[in-house]
Amino acid sequence: MTIALSDYLTVSALLFGIGVYGLLTKRNAMRLVFAVEILVNAANINFIAFNRFLWPAAIGQTAVLFAIALAAAEAAVILAIVVVAYRIHDDVDVAELKNLRG
Amino acid sequence: MVDASDAAFIALTVVSLGGAIMALEAKEIIYGAVGLAGSFFGVASLFFLLDSPFVAVFQITVYVGAVAVLVLFTVMLVREGRWFRDSMGPAARMAAVVTVAALVVSLVSSFIAAGLSTTGEQATAPNFVDIGQLLTGQYAPVLEILALVLAASVLGALTLAKVDPTGEGAAGPKTQATDGGERS
Repeated sequence: MTIALSDYLTVSALLFGIGVYGLLTKRNAMRLVFAVEILVNAANINFIAFNRFLWPAAIGQTAVLFAIALAAAEAAVILAIVVVAYRIHDDVDVAELKNLRG
Repeated sequence: MVDASDAAFIALTVVSLGGAIMALEAKEIIYGAVGLAGSFFGVASLFFLLDSPFVAVFQITVYVGAVAVLVLFTVMLVREGRWFRDSMGPAARMAAVVTVAALVVSLVSSFIAAGLSTTGEQATAPNFVDIGQLLTGQYAPVLEILALVLAASVLGALTLAKVDPTGEGAAGPKTQATDGGERS
C-alpha cells in the first residue's frame, strides 16, 4: 500500500472538520483562536500535498510559507485583542464582548 | 502490507488529529494549548513525509516555536476561572457534529470520485532552491507586502497592549467596579 493523494486530503478534511466544529460550538476566544489555527493547518496540508503529487515546481510550498507568516501575524494581533478584552472586561466569552459592537 | 512510511503516516495522522481534538476539548485550556502545539508538530512532520523539509522546519519554528509559546503566555496571563462554560449546549453541539460529519463525508467522497486515490507522487520533489528562486523572482512583491503586513501587525499588537482600561472612556464603570471589588 502506498500513500495516495487522497489520504493526505482526507487527513486535511478531518482537521478542517475539527476546526469548523470548534468554530461552531466554542464561545471562549482562546478556543476560537485554536480552531482558526487548526483550519489554517488543514489548508496548508492541502497545498503541500497537491504540490508534491501534481506539480513539479514549488509554488504550493511558497504559498504555504506566505500562509504561515500571515497566520503568525494574525495570531499575534488576536492574542493582543484577547488580553486587552480580558483586562477591560474580565472575561473572554465572545458573546459578552458587547464593547466591540459598532 | 504496512511499511515504515505507512506506519509513520498513520502515527502522524493520529498525533495531528488527536492534538487538534485535545486543543478544543481539553478541560483545562492550558492542556488545550499543549495539544495545539502537538497538532502543529504532527502537521510539520506530515510535511517532512511529503518531502518538503524547508516548509516543515519553517512550520516548526513559527508555529511550535512562536505561536504555541505566545498562546501559552496568553493563557497564563488571562486568569483562569470561567473556562468551563465555554461551549454551547448539547443540542448545538450535536448539530455541529452532524454538520461537520456531512461536510467531511462529502469532501472525502468527492476526492475519491475525482480519482485522486490512485494518484501517485511526482518523480522528484521540489527543493529549497526552487523555493528561493520563486521567493526572490516571481513572488518578490508578495514577499515585500508580507513584510509590511508583519510590521503593521506588530505595531497593531503593541498599540493594543498600550490600551489602558483604567483610563478615560475605554472601560467605563465596569472596570472601576472591579477595581473597587479588589480593594475591599
